[in-house]
Amino acid sequence: MPDPSFVFAQSVSGLTAAMFLFLIASGLSLIFGVLRVLNFAHGTFYMLGAYCAYQFMVWLEPGPGKFWLAALAAALVVATLGGVIERLLFRHLYGKEELYQLLFTYALVLILSDTARMIWGTQQKSVTRPPELTGAFTVFGATIPHYNLLILLLGPAIALGVWYVLQQTRVGRFIRAAALDRETLGALGVNVTALYTWVFVMASFLGGLGGALISPMRATVPGMDTEVIVEAFVVVVIGGLGSFWGTFLGALIYGQVLSFGILFFPRFSIFAVFALMAAVLIVRPWGLLGRPLK
Amino acid sequence: MTARLARLPWGLVALAVALFVPAMGSRFYTFVANDVAIWALFATSLNLLVGYTGLVSFGHAAYFGIGAYTTGLLMKQLGVPFLLAFPAAGALAGAFALVFGFFCVRLTRIYFAMLTLAFAQIVWAICFKWNEVTGGEQGMPEIPYPDFGWLDRLSAVPVIGGWRTAEYFYFLSLVMVALCMWALRRITGSPFGRMLTTIRENAERAEFIGVNVRRYELAAFVLAGAFAGLAGGLFGIFNRGVFPDFAYWTKSSEVLIMTLLGGMGVFYGPAIGALVLLLLNQQITSYTEYWPFVLGSILVILLFVFPGGLAGAATVIGRRILGPRRA
Repeated sequence: MPDPSFVFAQSVSGLTAAMFLFLIASGLSLIFGVLRVLNFAHGTFYMLGAYCAYQFMVWLEPGPGKFWLAALAAALVVATLGGVIERLLFRHLYGKEELYQLLFTYALVLILSDTARMIWGTQQKSVTRPPELTGAFTVFGATIPHYNLLILLLGPAIALGVWYVLQQTRVGRFIRAAALDRETLGALGVNVTALYTWVFVMASFLGGLGGALISPMRATVPGMDTEVIVEAFVVVVIGGLGSFWGTFLGALIYGQVLSFGILFFPRFSIFAVFALMAAVLIVRPWGLLGRPLK
Repeated sequence: MTARLARLPWGLVALAVALFVPAMGSRFYTFVANDVAIWALFATSLNLLVGYTGLVSFGHAAYFGIGAYTTGLLMKQLGVPFLLAFPAAGALAGAFALVFGFFCVRLTRIYFAMLTLAFAQIVWAICFKWNEVTGGEQGMPEIPYPDFGWLDRLSAVPVIGGWRTAEYFYFLSLVMVALCMWALRRITGSPFGRMLTTIRENAERAEFIGVNVRRYELAAFVLAGAFAGLAGGLFGIFNRGVFPDFAYWTKSSEVLIMTLLGGMGVFYGPAIGALVLLLLNQQITSYTEYWPFVLGSILVILLFVFPGGLAGAATVIGRRILGPRRA
């Protein structure tokens, strides 16, 4: 039996990973739930969020809250980019065959990640942690950096925020209605086209924010987008495509499976994660908390 | 005139042209032609699934990877001759496709694509981590060429003798690819192949006339996997090494792009797609390192302007020129 403090530390690191994945996967799930498109480019939005955060850190004058300003600005840039892409290109693909949609989002991956390579090169970029959060403290013999703790709190806070928007506001009601029946909503006089753009902007914002927030913890390198997008797929598939709390649950499960998988079968933890994804799809294709598509 | 053009045995013409490539004396051309031949087979195998049966697989690279590792392991570690190791790639890839496909064909549309992706990532994860067998992240370099020693006796014979090993391998892979393409052509033209197209057009109706749709889809999945495995087996030797990214999901997207570029559901479409894409790649990478950007832009144009791919565009242009009567 491994040392309990080690188990605790593993579990916390799994939770931290889960919160990041949740930020990315929630946007992916939102787009799928409403627009019915699986967006491969969502991972690239996340990568662009990280690069933009780095760039703003370079540009901004040192001062209090610099990192937070940079992260917010990065997320806004990515959200704007998402909105433009949706307006110009994406909207022509709604209702088309899945193959065309998937390949279009893959074309975006190629174009955007190569553009990032043109701008920032192949050298890894790193962002220093905000000075107020460089410390760490010890719980049950496990060391947890302050920054990770903040992420652990921020994840559920953002989840609650998005849930509140979806559940309690007028726009949220429209979004949920659009997910169920786009045409009826349009017939009731709602501008569904604009609504779709806003959903895409919101999802891109979440993806960009995820990337910006992870930039102080992991180096930003080309290729991180194609890696993270399959992880996000695993999360949304486990929880249920289009299900908001399902995505949260999926992220928690993914984080724990990965960190305990490393503990017990160090070599095959990635394998375990994809096997879990396949198992969920076989037994319950619509995921743990999702609803079957009509 | 179009009817007469269509009746030409284009496959044989292509094979004849391909056989002349090494005679041009450039090692580089032979290298590119070999690459094209193998990818053409890989893309055509995917076409059986995506174009003919209407099943969008996002994990076709898994079978390519399995084939490559099978042939590579057998030839490098166990010294099995090529003539056994090559069919073994198809057999093992087909066997995996049978197991994975059994689950996949139970799902529809986006869930089908996701499950094929999940299985492909499982294969990739195993190749990536199982260091003892697959060489892990480093892959498996130095896969030997098939033994062409017996050809030395022919070295004095004009035309047949006196080629380099890489060229002998090129001829060998051409013959193998040609055999596989011929088999695939027979499959798509058979009543079985026609039924796959019926399923693509309307699976419900196929069910009504008493067709076991899932079994047909599974058969298509296994065949597509087996031929992808054969292509992988050749590619491992051609590439002089087998690496885990053969099975990574971006490889699956690449082969999908080739299929789409050439034209889905058209037999020679994907092969043409492979040819055009690889030649473009060679040309463009000599000017700029930003090939993915160009590829992405091509893909966007393709999706918005020519969703039928090159074959679709050729049909449209052909109709314009030759009149609307037939195309």
